[in-house]
Amino acid sequence: MWGWLLRRLGQIIPTLLILSVLIFALQQLMPGDPAIIMAGEERGDPQVLAEIRAELLLDRPIWEQYGAWLWRLLHGDLGFSWRIRQPVGALILEKLPVTLQLGLMAFVISVAIGVPAGIVSATYRDRPADWVANGVALAGISTPNFWLGIMMILFFSVQLGWLPPSGYVPLTEDWRQSLATTIMPAFVLGGGIAGVFMRHTRAAMIGALGQDYVRTARAKGLPERVVVNRHALRNALIPVVTLGTIELGRLLAGAVLTEQIFSIPGFGKLIVDAVFNRDYPVVQGVVVVTAVIFVSLSLLGDLLYMAINPRLRAA
Amino acid sequence: MSATAASAVPRAESPGRRALRRFLRHRLAVAGLVVVLAFVLAAALAPWIAPFDPVATSWSRIRKPPSELHLFGTDENGRDVLSRVLWGARASLLAGGLSVTAALTLGVPFGLLAGLAGGWVDTFISRVTDAMLSVPFLILAIALAAFLGPALENAMLAIAISASPIFVRLARGMAMEAKSTEWVEAARALGNPPWRIALAHVLPNIVPPLLVQATLAIAEAIIAEASLSFLGLGQQPPNPSWGSMLNAAQRFLTQAPWMAIYPGLAIFLVVLAINLLGDGLRDALDPRARGR
Repeated sequence: MWGWLLRRLGQIIPTLLILSVLIFALQQLMPGDPAIIMAGEERGDPQVLAEIRAELLLDRPIWEQYGAWLWRLLHGDLGFSWRIRQPVGALILEKLPVTLQLGLMAFVISVAIGVPAGIVSATYRDRPADWVANGVALAGISTPNFWLGIMMILFFSVQLGWLPPSGYVPLTEDWRQSLATTIMPAFVLGGGIAGVFMRHTRAAMIGALGQDYVRTARAKGLPERVVVNRHALRNALIPVVTLGTIELGRLLAGAVLTEQIFSIPGFGKLIVDAVFNRDYPVVQGVVVVTAVIFVSLSLLGDLLYMAINPRLRAA
Repeated sequence: MSATAASAVPRAESPGRRALRRFLRHRLAVAGLVVVLAFVLAAALAPWIAPFDPVATSWSRIRKPPSELHLFGTDENGRDVLSRVLWGARASLLAGGLSVTAALTLGVPFGLLAGLAGGWVDTFISRVTDAMLSVPFLILAIALAAFLGPALENAMLAIAISASPIFVRLARGMAMEAKSTEWVEAARALGNPPWRIALAHVLPNIVPPLLVQATLAIAEAIIAEASLSFLGLGQQPPNPSWGSMLNAAQRFLTQAPWMAIYPGLAIFLVVLAINLLGDGLRDALDPRARGR
């Protein structure tokens, strides 16, 4: 297992290095001169522009700029926001808990809907319950989550007046208000992913129910409930756990639009605002952090897979 | 490729015909195909079938609810929502189709190269693919679109680049699988150059899974285009796109909910139809799927 872990890390490090080159290269696509954007009001003053160029190393060769950027990155320095005049790392740390709360709530919702639906669908395969579950899952996957968000605001906030249409209250301030402001966005974010979970659980359960050990369990005369829950489900959930960590990462991407619609000041809103302010260091910083989270989660998924699958532990 | 299989097993139907039969048996997939074709037709014929000019504003008809004259109502500038939805189909379908075509042209050759060449070429291409896949699709597309600047063409380019690593990975896996088969072995033994093996022997065999993946990718690309346009990074006003219409609609939810309902419904319908089509294609084309 240690050998495997080392090999896996040996893959991740070059991957992250290449990613850092790609993210750095994004800058080169940028229209216009960054010094002029950053100078703002003082863009007419050549003295100021020269100072900024020297500070950002824009007057140095490209590989030297990359080296300096990577060096700071490895020291946890994600750069400095051009607009908000704060370190990017601090900005991200400030916004991340909001998205984390939203993401975890969405994750719980998607697992709570998707996994049981997948089990029911597999045990009642090709019967009405299966068709309904499949239909709802497909509809969930096909609905753009920002539209679902708008429709939910229209129904629950505008029509019924039950929930606030936008805004965010931190958990530490008032947990009830906090839940009221995040339940709709969490549902929007988790809804589509519930469909993905349902489909994967269903496929894994159908696979498990066709296995010899399930036939043996049935032949032993065990009640169907025990066969499904104890024998099939435990084995079927192994791939679903790995998938879960990947989907948790994908929630970050979904959060971009959801936070925009519900005006939630999280990670996703940070990148959108940064895009509009042409605050490129923030955009880069968010991409770097997202990638690191994503890669860590997929590593965690592999580790969990090893941990819960005894057959792999010995290898 | 169909002729060899048919001659090997007497009286067996050709793979193409079998795929068609399996696909047609899939009623939902056929329905999906019909809906997709209807949207393609609507997009193509928008200039002729749209009842109004999609960008013509009218101060006397601002935010009018759906009526006989304006079936889907009018928007904040008095423009006809139905006409804008029809014209918006152009942006969405074009973005979906073109960006996935570009992603295929970009991804498949690299995937084939990695799978067939192996060695450090494979290692390098695979690590770049991993790097791109380690940023969620939409965030990568947003970052690219941000640096490229807001325009529909740039959004499509950003989606194409973000979607390509999936195809690299798929083509690579299929190429590696094909490389170890007897027919490729035989082709190599006959002295065919590697590029010829890739084009004539490997590519045709990986077309079915690529087709399925491409179909599903179009659905994702349409959502991505709508998302980017919703954020203001895609189609620029006043030109209509479903995403940008939803963006405008969000500000008038209480006064004019129809502005939000119809463009979203259009995205939902077309994406649902494409997903149904993709599922049907998968069942029809996957030789490992249950026979019947």
